Amino acid sequence: MGNVGIIGVGQSAFVRGYPGSIKEMAFEGFQEAMQDANLSSEDIEASIVCSAPEYDKQRSPAGVISEYLGLIPQPTCYLETLCSSSSMGVRMGYSLIKSGLHDVVAVLGFQKMSEISSAESQERMGRGADIQWESPFGTMMPAYYAMYARAHMDKYGTTPEDLANIRVKASSYGQINEKAVYQKAVTMDKLSDPESKMAGPVASPLRVGDCCPNADGTSCIIMVSEEKAKALSRKPIWVMGVGAASTAVNLPGRDLFTGLTVAQNAASEAYKMAGISSKNIDVAEVHDCFTIAEIMAYEDLGFAEPGKGPELIRNKETYKDGQIPVNIDGGLLSKGHPIGATGGSQIRTIVQQLRGEAGGMQVKDPQIGLVHNIGGVGLYGNVTILGR
Amino acid sequence: MSNKEIDDRFKKFGTVSFTSQSKINDFIDYLEQGKVTGTKCKDCGLKFFPPRADCFNCLSSNIEWFDVSGAGKLLSFSKLQFGPIGFENDLPYIIALLDFSDYKVFGRISDKISEDDLQVGMDMKVVTNELPNGQLNYVFEKA
Ligand SMILES: [Zn+2]
Repeated sequence: MGNVGIIGVGQSAFVRGYPGSIKEMAFEGFQEAMQDANLSSEDIEASIVCSAPEYDKQRSPAGVISEYLGLIPQPTCYLETLCSSSSMGVRMGYSLIKSGLHDVVAVLGFQKMSEISSAESQERMGRGADIQWESPFGTMMPAYYAMYARAHMDKYGTTPEDLANIRVKASSYGQINEKAVYQKAVTMDKLSDPESKMAGPVASPLRVGDCCPNADGTSCIIMVSEEKAKALSRKPIWVMGVGAASTAVNLPGRDLFTGLTVAQNAASEAYKMAGISSKNIDVAEVHDCFTIAEIMAYEDLGFAEPGKGPELIRNKETYKDGQIPVNIDGGLLSKGHPIGATGGSQIRTIVQQLRGEAGGMQVKDPQIGLVHNIGGVGLYGNVTILGR
Repeated sequence: MSNKEIDDRFKKFGTVSFTSQSKINDFIDYLEQGKVTGTKCKDCGLKFFPPRADCFNCLSSNIEWFDVSGAGKLLSFSKLQFGPIGFENDLPYIIALLDFSDYKVFGRISDKISEDDLQVGMDMKVVTNELPNGQLNYVFEKA
């Protein structure tokens, strides 16, 4: 069986309060990807629609979205692994093509986080953990990542300033990404000024500036078989590895609190599939839902030894001209995090980087790129490796 | 308890409970008696906290209860300034994880302890607690 490639990538602008329906929002990402792929809806043999259902009013969104995109009567289905849904979608698309069942698959990720009221959203947030054992204590997503941050600080001496460095880097690229929800500068001065809103406590030791903003948006990835790419005379970006893993939802079921085992396991699977190691990665997108998550990603992916993640950012090695550029599109922290759309957006960024089409964000001549996308608090992990 | 009655004892767990029915509802009776309990598989000996009715290791449903006792080490904690709907009156509060070596316990730090008095690695014990709204949970105190 031949390789699997990507010939179209698209995303809508990530915004606060998208002024339209989920179908119309989905169309924006789809339109860009299809124009990029130079295909029409009838060429798509199957679609996978990805989002996190807690934000959806629409029951079974795959049906209404595929109808709006003109993807009927082809098969479609809905897929969910929280924040990593669309990376998992790409993994499933890969297997549909690799099995020979289909030659062209569209993976559509979306989230209209503003679809529900903030009260509804706050109620749902309270049920993000195991509702039997942990939610009754009043847990929240930032507090869980905060516990990882505390453990990392305790074990390795990581500081709030190290976390702030991540946010400063994200904002430096968010300012040049026209699709980012947060295009303002975030300076170290602002993050360390106790009067600033950015320095306000959320869940210790994490502060407002450590958390990514909500957003509405869509992403779309068009995947094809090698044979189909040849028939279309297209030069795709190849999918070299699609690693995935899961772990215990409840913290008592885990042993590591300074890193995410799902990222480590997904990375090791993806590196093995691709036949490469972390040293071969030229550019990466990592799941920086909170600043600490990016530091742990450096370590979990092998860009730094355990505990040495903070040194990478202190030495600016993950900036555009550094040794391993990370999140040169602003990351979740500046680009925004519309849950189900995030993975596809990260993959879009890496595809553009590998094609040399990333404009002001372009890293110098990358050959191989990596996407690290995490669902929940290290509950689901996907690592996708792409190459020219 | 007659067969027709719904055993919904679990609705008493935590500030807001999202579950009422579970095969391990006896956990609530133990809490009322001042005990925090886990389960142990009688067939393979694996210990579970939170308690489970079924063993994934040997697929047995033959379990017995054990008391969470002694001291656990504080693995990590976080003080929340914002909470979900229903937890407003508890704020701010601290969630935490204790390590008892063959199992771990997730819960809250007693509100008698301030964040400044906490240190990763310190010994803490688990005690049952009645919340102001009459619900039950357990909290961590210095051992
Ligand atoms: Zn067993």
